[in-house]
Amino acid sequence: MTENLSTAAQEIELLAFRLGEQEYCLDIMSVREIRGWTSATPLPFSPAHVKGVINLRGTVLPVIDLAVRLGMPPVRADERNVIIVVSVNGHTAGLLVDAVSDILSIATDQLQPPPDLAGDLESSCISALTLVGQRLIRVLQLGAVLPARPAEAA
Amino acid sequence: MSIDAMTEIRASFFVECEELMESLHDALAILDAGDGTDETVNVVFRAVHSIKGGAGAFGLDALVGFAHRLETVLDELRAGRLDPTPGAVRLFFQAADMLHDHIRAAQSQDAPPPTGEDVLRALEGLMQAAPQAEPEAVDFTPTGLSFDPMLPQWTTPPGTSEWTIRFRPHAGLYRSGNEALLILRALAGLGDTHTTCIVPPALALDPATAEQPQLGWIITLTGDVSEADIREIFDFVTDVCDLDISPADDAADGSATDGVAAAMASPDAIPFRLAPDSIVAAANHDDPPATSPGVGEAGLAPELQPPPAPSNAAAPAPAQPASPKAEPDAAAATIRVDLDRVDRLVNLVGELVINQAMLAQSVTEAGMAENTAVMNGLEEFMMLTRDIQDGVMMIRAQPVKPLFQRMARIVREASTGVAKQVRLRTEGDQTEVDKTVIERLSDPLTHMIRNSVDHGIETPARRLAAGKPAEGVITLSASHRAGRVLIEICDDGAGIDRARVRDIAVARGLIAADAQLTEAEVDNLLFLPGFSTASQVSALSGRGVGMDVVKRAITALGGRVAIASEPGVGTKFSISLPLTLAVLDGMVVRVADQTLVVPLSSIVETATLTPQAIRRIGRSAEVLHIRGDLVPLFDLGARLGFRQARAAGDRVVILTTQEDGGRAALIVDAIMEQRQVVIKGLSRNYGRVPGVAAATILGDGKVALILDPSDLTRSSPQTAIDAIPLAG
Amino acid sequence: MGLNILAVDDSRTMRDMVRLTLASVGMNVTVAEDGVHGLELLEGSLPDAIISDINMPRLDGFGFIRAVRGIDRLRAVPILVLTTESAPELRARARDAGATGWIVKPFDPRKLVHTVQLVTG
Repeated sequence: MTENLSTAAQEIELLAFRLGEQEYCLDIMSVREIRGWTSATPLPFSPAHVKGVINLRGTVLPVIDLAVRLGMPPVRADERNVIIVVSVNGHTAGLLVDAVSDILSIATDQLQPPPDLAGDLESSCISALTLVGQRLIRVLQLGAVLPARPAEAA
Repeated sequence: MSIDAMTEIRASFFVECEELMESLHDALAILDAGDGTDETVNVVFRAVHSIKGGAGAFGLDALVGFAHRLETVLDELRAGRLDPTPGAVRLFFQAADMLHDHIRAAQSQDAPPPTGEDVLRALEGLMQAAPQAEPEAVDFTPTGLSFDPMLPQWTTPPGTSEWTIRFRPHAGLYRSGNEALLILRALAGLGDTHTTCIVPPALALDPATAEQPQLGWIITLTGDVSEADIREIFDFVTDVCDLDISPADDAADGSATDGVAAAMASPDAIPFRLAPDSIVAAANHDDPPATSPGVGEAGLAPELQPPPAPSNAAAPAPAQPASPKAEPDAAAATIRVDLDRVDRLVNLVGELVINQAMLAQSVTEAGMAENTAVMNGLEEFMMLTRDIQDGVMMIRAQPVKPLFQRMARIVREASTGVAKQVRLRTEGDQTEVDKTVIERLSDPLTHMIRNSVDHGIETPARRLAAGKPAEGVITLSASHRAGRVLIEICDDGAGIDRARVRDIAVARGLIAADAQLTEAEVDNLLFLPGFSTASQVSALSGRGVGMDVVKRAITALGGRVAIASEPGVGTKFSISLPLTLAVLDGMVVRVADQTLVVPLSSIVETATLTPQAIRRIGRSAEVLHIRGDLVPLFDLGARLGFRQARAAGDRVVILTTQEDGGRAALIVDAIMEQRQVVIKGLSRNYGRVPGVAAATILGDGKVALILDPSDLTRSSPQTAIDAIPLAG
Repeated sequence: MGLNILAVDDSRTMRDMVRLTLASVGMNVTVAEDGVHGLELLEGSLPDAIISDINMPRLDGFGFIRAVRGIDRLRAVPILVLTTESAPELRARARDAGATGWIVKPFDPRKLVHTVQLVTG
């Protein structure tokens, strides 16, 4: 990371994870921690992708089944799954995913806008696409997948 | 001083302002009651004065300006030229309210509030009307924000100049703690000095004249010095010395005619060089009586006559306070702590409580016998935890007094708006309640007070006709009752017109025309959404806030509100609140394999559900028949979407009170225990969940939801439509 | 140098301002809330200078200064009056009571330090 600064595009670090057959990533700056699955307390009257709430060292943390949120079959919640704890604008939530795969450094000019598929549930949550070798990785738009803020929920 | 320190003092200033406003209001209340003394007026004056002083330090011009004009009028009051008539006191109350607005505006750095010009004008009008108003009495120079308004501004072109300074102290210079040699030294600090000491021909060492200073000095000062620089050094002593400052060129002309010049002309002048460090030594050597401030000044100031000590070498005399010693300041020492730190501590203690519960559960599950060392230790641990928790919660507790004082203002404003005479009486304003509870109580209380003024208290004419005093009284009281806080708003008005309330409720379709309601049930109609009894909407009550909103707000605080009214005598609202928002007494229940907590405050009783007690109404609604009453019955599991319908077999039912005063019955699978739980917010990370008030963490480390029974059993939870059964 | 200063003011804000201003140049500042408190603190102590407000409960600045000047060992202690009012007759009253000098609120911190240094040498 010490090469010529004048020509190198800005790089961002992304945490890559698997959801079913697909690979996604999100800005590592939003990630607070990664923890194993623990059974969640269901919230009544909540959308299907809200798994419920768990106790994260005293904080009540909502957990989102990211697969359901993106229109895929639910993640089989078991010991092998992980919860990525993310924080955006002081708003913290857990994302249930199949597995964390990698931490990637990607130059911002390697990020491509997603194809415009209006109405597609997934595309509204994807901010960019990138190719790492043969892997197509979707960059998650965190704000779009997190539960509605209290103000919006009211 | 560092920016941080200034920021901190600024914050502390606003805290002090709140305290000063509190004492200001207290003193005005005493004046209002006609019990005022001179000291009461002084308290009012000093409060405003201190606010002005602090505001000046932070350049809060609008606040300084307002406080200054108010202070000017208060000075008239203090001087006895203005009487604290009820009308004047009312104006002072209004001015205090405006002052408070100015403080708030200064604090939040918003645009200044309305200046309160009309109130000030009215007050200043009183002042002019008062006989013998002496203009110079109010001739305080407005507090400017320039740092040194006292210093005359002389200008001298830069460059080296030479000055001749003739200086002879009077006795008053030494008597006031000034020191000629320090002044000489300060001059030496400005430039190159040549000092000549003028000793009178017969230097009197006679004690009889010792109090008269005899020495004088002629100082030639060379350097880049302006006359202003020199004058600044003499700033404090111009009235207690002979002083002549002139450019050196003029010094020789000898035309000066004042006493200094005359003295300076003495042939006995002894020149000596004044080096900064030699001054003190010189003072010690040449210590004639004249420069010894402590010597023989007895008789000059008769009221200050010191004990007959011949010199300042006498043993220190014990301090003699000049006024009778008042009782020692009873105010306890306090420290200011960032609220965040307290909240972190509250959270940590919450963790401790949960941790202790988890530990207790593990120990029990491990089959530990009673009376073992571990069990006894655990018992002690639990007690300590509870004590720590109480202690920490107490840190957040604050007296309700500031809240109550704000209500006094609401009463003043609201009663003026509807041309009624209303006095607010407060009781128990030292009662302490959690800070957040106080903050969140402000809105509902404001509305209830307005409601009492608008609808409770009658017009003066009607009151007089009913044989009551024209002035109505609203009593606002706070007290601790059985681990909760009880706040009562009691008016001596007409009481609830139940016939009208009933008619309105019928007209709005809230109740059937032939509904049989008890008096209490009629009273509780006031809390129904959309209910308003105001036949003419006043400026204050036409804000679209009904008593239903008040009730919601109080319920959200874990509180209950009750109403009691007697025609012609008055109406009383009673609010019962938990001492803290951080913990809650709850009943832990199991429903569809989920653990839930029902707030104990909403539970009336629990009972075993028998099929015979269930009555079906329509297609799906069920009611519970219990002791002659029919209570809507809900299966909690189905209601929450955890299961489709309840399984067969006997269940337990919990009877809860509802916001509308009614009741509801909730079917649960089992009641586990009754315990205190630490409340964890859900909304910060998720948002509001219908029927759920908050969450908590139980002994097994799992999150359990705390229910809001009223919200849950409301006719249709807003998002119940997209309820999806979630298997855990 | 560590001059010992007694600051008497009923306003906590002012006490803090004076204390922090003077402490920033290494002076030791003791604070009192009013004249009576100030006199209590003066029992058995001899500060290098006293800074006093005028408007205070229990014992105001004039009374406090008069009382201090009435104590033989404190007669020469410089007393600076810190006041919002700059009216000449108030200065005259302060001077009559025995004040050494005065500083008008709001004060410039440098000016306060300078003035204290001036009167204490």
